[in-house]
Amino acid sequence: MKNTRSRALRHAVAYLAVFAALTVPAAAAEEVNVYTYREPALIKPLFDAFTKSSGVKVNILFASQGLEQRIAAEGANSPADLLLTTDISRLLQAGELGITQPVKSPVLEAAIPASYRDPEGRWFGVSARGRVVYASKDRVTQDSMTYENLADPKWRGKICSRSGQHIYNNALIAAVIAHNGEDQAAGWLAGVKANLARKPSGGDREVARDIAAGQCDIGLGNTYYVALMLNREADRKPWAEAIKVIMPTFDGGGTHVNVSGFVVAKNAPNRANAVRLGEWLVSEEAQGLYAAINYEYPVRPGVALNPTVASFGPIAPDTLPLVEIAKHRRTAGILVDKVGFDN
Amino acid sequence: MRRVQRRSARRTLVAENWSRPRSAHQRRFRNLGAPLAAAALAAAPIAEVLRLAWLGDSGLWPHLAATILPSALLDTLLLLAGVGLVVALVGVGTAWLVAAYSFPGRGLLSGLLVLPLAMPTYLTAYAYVDLLDGLGPFQSALRDLFGFTRRTQYWFPEIRSLGGAVLVLGFVLYPYVYLPARAMFATQSASLVEAARTMGVGGWGLARRVAIPLARPALAAGGALALLEVLNDIGASEHLGVRTLTIAIYTTWLNRGSLAGAAQIACVMLAFVLVCLWIEARGRSAQGYAQSARKPRSATPVKLDRRAGWLACAACALPVLLGFLLPLLTILRAAGESGIDVAALASAAIHTLVFASAATLLAVALGFLTASCVRRARSPLTALLARVAGLGYALPGTVLALGLLTIIASLDNAIADAVRGLTGASPGLVFSGFGAAIVIAYLVRFLTIAIGGAEAGLARVSPRVDDAATLLGLTGNQMRWRVHWPMTRGAVAAAALLFFVDCMKELPATLLLRPINVETLATLVYGHASRGSYEDGAPAALAIVLLSLVPAVRAARAIDQAGGKDVRQTHGRDG
Repeated sequence: MKNTRSRALRHAVAYLAVFAALTVPAAAAEEVNVYTYREPALIKPLFDAFTKSSGVKVNILFASQGLEQRIAAEGANSPADLLLTTDISRLLQAGELGITQPVKSPVLEAAIPASYRDPEGRWFGVSARGRVVYASKDRVTQDSMTYENLADPKWRGKICSRSGQHIYNNALIAAVIAHNGEDQAAGWLAGVKANLARKPSGGDREVARDIAAGQCDIGLGNTYYVALMLNREADRKPWAEAIKVIMPTFDGGGTHVNVSGFVVAKNAPNRANAVRLGEWLVSEEAQGLYAAINYEYPVRPGVALNPTVASFGPIAPDTLPLVEIAKHRRTAGILVDKVGFDN
Repeated sequence: MRRVQRRSARRTLVAENWSRPRSAHQRRFRNLGAPLAAAALAAAPIAEVLRLAWLGDSGLWPHLAATILPSALLDTLLLLAGVGLVVALVGVGTAWLVAAYSFPGRGLLSGLLVLPLAMPTYLTAYAYVDLLDGLGPFQSALRDLFGFTRRTQYWFPEIRSLGGAVLVLGFVLYPYVYLPARAMFATQSASLVEAARTMGVGGWGLARRVAIPLARPALAAGGALALLEVLNDIGASEHLGVRTLTIAIYTTWLNRGSLAGAAQIACVMLAFVLVCLWIEARGRSAQGYAQSARKPRSATPVKLDRRAGWLACAACALPVLLGFLLPLLTILRAAGESGIDVAALASAAIHTLVFASAATLLAVALGFLTASCVRRARSPLTALLARVAGLGYALPGTVLALGLLTIIASLDNAIADAVRGLTGASPGLVFSGFGAAIVIAYLVRFLTIAIGGAEAGLARVSPRVDDAATLLGLTGNQMRWRVHWPMTRGAVAAAALLFFVDCMKELPATLLLRPINVETLATLVYGHASRGSYEDGAPAALAIVLLSLVPAVRAARAIDQAGGKDVRQTHGRDG
């Protein structure tokens, strides 16, 4: 008995030793801790390039939800320096939770157009993506349309979409509310719901997949997925080849665009490095990478697009400020529930 | 010298114990520690969630109750009913075939039927959508064969549906029923079956009148675990487009931006979990009669004729194929196509093993102590505490993680501030920085498995053994370690292995609580899956399945052995 117990003890000690060895971060002189919603594979090349040029080591924590809450809970001793999000909602949410600090940086202000950053410096957009229409090359002849057209009964049973509660659709619906008012938006959403070919599920790539399979004719998706499928995902290339990208606009407006961006955490232990990383993300080099390997629209003017993305045609971003749109995000979520979009 | 002292001290203690038996009151009090600790561990995050629910803004609640809850409740009930039916039919059916009949491939299939335990539900869902969707190999072949050009020209069952989710989850979760049912049939059924046969009952009648009543406790206990897994599932349901309560909790928190609303829905879900646990407790109490059959021995399987034999073989092979082989092959194919980052994979594998092992060690200790205290205390309060400790299963991983996050972070901050006050330098966040938060989350989440295993094992130890030990002058602690522990080790080991496998597969809490720069296999898979590139995560997925395979198979064997040992003990006692 005693033997078993002491063996168990030895095991426990060994485990703890391994554990400690594995989890103690190697003490680097210069480092920055990034909490990110951006998928590691997409963001890693950027961080590597930053470390190469600055010598600052980037420590990453990736999650798909709850990072703002984690930073808030960690409070004064939180290791988080920078929070990187894939959408405007969570940039604002971070501000509402009081986990951001304002940054005054001439570099950031020069590189980022005013519509893609907070005037007080609490958040900054670093890349943009359009929410567009994927359409079947074979079955859809038109090359332009409005978002309002999606509710047209001519598309009955022909539209595919991911969940209406997903942040990308949520922001689009919020934009419809900002443009047309809540009542009209509710009618529009019910119309789109009536046009759906299937229950919302999967992601934007599955929309392309279902169009390729002939289950639907058009669907909603983000721009960069098409380029990713065409250039980097051999398996899914046929899906992307079956569709074309239509840049829809609002009646009297432009194409809905969302941003990925960052906030500097309120209690950032490495504040200077966080700002340094933020500034680097909008440098020509990083913006070029955003365009070249993430297939997004750089926020910095004058940076070349990836050829595939350029082939979608020119994008005319909606001029309504993102903050105006994001004000309606709660209402948008409630509308989705009310019309039973996901049912 | 010291040893002699200790021995004499023990002798004095024994003598005291013998001359002055402890009062019931004392016994209850002394056995309160472990159950109290276990219950507090589970109750803390639940209390935190309740606090969020009650103190938070309730403005969204009428909207949630009117629009979200009805459909989420309906979908959840249908999913539970469907999966319940599938796991019951497949689990009990295959267990009965394997235990009562002899047919080609029986020995092999009896082992293979356990394998889906190693397969995380979310991986199966990804695999089946790939296989059966509009552009998957099945439908493409169908279109080529019949010359269709569009998905709308023919009918094909939609995998991304409630029905699809029922099948995907059912064929992965049935081993929770299969394992205990098989152990029960193998050790308990022989005399009953043979008695029934001599009375001319055979075939379906035998299954209905002997097998199903015998399987009831296994069905209840295993079925409850399977249903709790369904309630907690997020990856598979989300991917298959089923809007369950868990999904409602997620979207309410993240998309409707209401943590309070999410917590309020979590409270509704808690009610479901209480029902599942109640079913389990009832099932376990019914075990008593099944175990009381005297001199049980292994059943002699009846040889089936050729046709029936192959049919039985096919019936047992199908769940293995659907729940394990087909998804595994899909993952393998994807893994073959993607590049493998060996360093990342190895470090993730080590993290996974370390977190899971640490949690398992703690769970075994706490689970056994708790179960043992419940047995010795014989008080409703202690039993209640043990049930409360099982409630960690109640909350979806993210909500549990959220509750723990606040608690652990405030603890961490208190420590950090204290250390800073003393030394002037902050040590950072001690618990969350070292991954202890994940270990605690696993412990809370799956403790019910460890307690349940130890309780099931202890239930097989006759009270007469305790009486004999007491007569021989053993103290409570001596009885615990020298009598109960060796006798329940098999059952505890089986539970520990299941616990370990569950930790390896756990995703949402791991994702939210892990330290910076730390990936586990599950988070590695998810990192790729979240941007829609499941195949890039395939090597990590494969590693999860392979690493889970060994403990899953050993757990199955341990459950069998525990059954066998039980038989020998019964023999020795009564014969």
